[in-house]
Amino acid sequence: MKETVRKSVLAVGPFHPLQEEMEFFQLTVDGETVTDINVRISYNHRGIEKLSETLQFDQVPFLVSRICGICSASHPLAYVQAVEEIAQVKVPERALYVRTIINELERIHSHLLWVGLAGHFIGYDTVFMWAWKYREPVLDLLEEITGNRNNYGNVKIGGCREDIPDELKPKILAELDVIEKKTEMLTKAVLDDPVLHARLKGVGVLKKSDGIDFAVTGPTARGSGIDIDVRHDDPYAAYSDLDWKVISQPEGDVFAKAVVRLLETFESIKMIREALKKLPKGPVVAEVKEIPPGEGCGHAEAPRGETFHYVRSDGGNRPIRHKVRAPSYVNVPSFKASCIGESISDVTLTLAAVDPCYSCTERVAVVDGHDTVIHDYASLLQLSRAKTARLRKEIGAPEMKLEDI
Amino acid sequence: MNQEELDNRLEEVTGRLIGVERTQENRVYLLCESEDVYDVCRFLFSELKLRFVIATGVDAEHCFEVLHHFTDDECGCMVTVKAFVRDRENPELDSITPLIPGAEWIEREIHDILGIAFTHHPNLQRLILDDDWPEGVYPLRKEVQR
Repeated sequence: MKETVRKSVLAVGPFHPLQEEMEFFQLTVDGETVTDINVRISYNHRGIEKLSETLQFDQVPFLVSRICGICSASHPLAYVQAVEEIAQVKVPERALYVRTIINELERIHSHLLWVGLAGHFIGYDTVFMWAWKYREPVLDLLEEITGNRNNYGNVKIGGCREDIPDELKPKILAELDVIEKKTEMLTKAVLDDPVLHARLKGVGVLKKSDGIDFAVTGPTARGSGIDIDVRHDDPYAAYSDLDWKVISQPEGDVFAKAVVRLLETFESIKMIREALKKLPKGPVVAEVKEIPPGEGCGHAEAPRGETFHYVRSDGGNRPIRHKVRAPSYVNVPSFKASCIGESISDVTLTLAAVDPCYSCTERVAVVDGHDTVIHDYASLLQLSRAKTARLRKEIGAPEMKLEDI
Repeated sequence: MNQEELDNRLEEVTGRLIGVERTQENRVYLLCESEDVYDVCRFLFSELKLRFVIATGVDAEHCFEVLHHFTDDECGCMVTVKAFVRDRENPELDSITPLIPGAEWIEREIHDILGIAFTHHPNLQRLILDDDWPEGVYPLRKEVQR
C-alpha cells in the first residue's frame, strides 16, 4: 500500500487590518514543532519605485517617507543622501545635526513601541502600557519640531525644511530626562525578571553565520553578535562628531534583541543631548540647482536596520531609477534560520523579535490530517502566555498580579 | 580592512571586469559582463567578507543592468557589481542565491518586475506579482507606463 506523507501546515496571515504590512507565513509543523517556513509578501505592494520615476527629485522625499510611518525619517534621509552624492552637495552643519536629532527621536519611539508589543505578546500588558505611555512625549516632541507626529517630511535635498528653534531645547532636554528615567526602570524590570529570562533566553536563536548569509541588519544583526551599524561604519549626518557606542549581544535569541533595543535607547538619548549642546549656528539648507547625470547610494540606520536607497539620474528633473530596500526585506527571510525547530508558542515572539511591522496573527488555521483546529489571534496569544505562566510556576516566581493579566 | 587594503584586494578581480568607476572615495562600481557576475560576487562575499546589501535591476533601454550592492562595514565602502545583461529578448543571469541565501527574495523580485531569469535559483517563484498577473508583462520595464 502506498503511504502518503501528511504534512501539517499552519497558515499565519495574510491580512491583519490593524497593521500596515501584510505577510503570509506558512509554517510546516510536526506536532508543536516548526519544521519549515515559507513566507509570501507583497499583499500591499504600492509600486513606490515606479511611482518615484514619475516625480521630481524634490517631491520624492514626501513619497518615501510614506513607505513606513514609523521609519518616516530614515527613508527620506537615505534618499536625499543618495541624491546629494550625485550632485556633490555640501549640506550645512546645522542641518546635519537636526537630521541626527530627528532620527534618534524616531529610534527612541520605535524601540519603545517594540518593547511594548513584545511585552503584550508574552502576556506582560503592564510593559505594553508603560512603554507606549513613555513613547507618547517623543511623538509630541517630533510634532513640535516638524509639525507631524509621523511622516515628518523634514529632510530635503541640501538640508532640512524645519529648524529646531533654540527656545525648544530646554523642553527637549527635560523630556529626555523623563524618558531616560522611565526607560531605566523598564530596562531594569526586564533584565532583572527571572520569568523573562526563562521565557526569552534561548528562544528563536539566529546564529551569527546565518545572520551573515541572510544579510540581516540592525538590532537583528547586533543581537547575533554582528556589530554593524551604518551610523558608525559609514557615518552620515553628525554621527561621527558624537560620542556613542554600537550595542551588540552575542546570543542571537529574543532576549539579546530586547537588550540591544533597550540599551540603544539610552545611546540615542545621549546622542540627542550632545547634539543639542553642539548644535552649530547657521542655515539649515543649501541651495541645490540641478541634479547632474550619475548614480548614488545612500544608506541610513533606521530603527530596524539599514535602509538603502539607490538613485540614478540622467540629468533631467526626475530619477530614472530609484531602488529602495527597507531593513525588514532582509531581516524577515532570516526566519528560515531562526524559527525552524521552535515550538508554535515561541514563533509569535520570534517573528516579532525582528520587529517586521508585524502583522497577520489574526487568521491562523492548524490543519492536521482530517481534523481541523482553528487558532485565532486570541488563542495564539493564549498559547504564548500560557508558556510564560508555566515557566513562572516552574521557577517559583510570585503569582501574576491582576494588572499583569 | 581599511580603504587602502580593500582597494588592493579589489585589484585581484580586475581581470574579470570591463571597467571600474569611482564616484567618490568610498563608492566603487565594478562593471562586468553577465557571465562573470557569480565569480565576482563570490570573491567579494566569500573572500573579502563583504556584506550583501541588495540588488537593483535597471532597464537601461539598450540592455538590462543588475547591480549587486555590497558593503565593507569596517571602512564603510560600498562596492557595487554592475552586470550588463545584453540579450533583451531572453535576459538571463547567474543566480547568487546558492552562495548568499539573503539574495533569494530580490532575485525573485527582479524576475517578476523586469523579467530577468536567474539561472540556478533554487525557487524562482513570484514574489511581488500576484498569481493572476499576465505572463510576459514586466511592470518596471520602461515600455510599461504608469
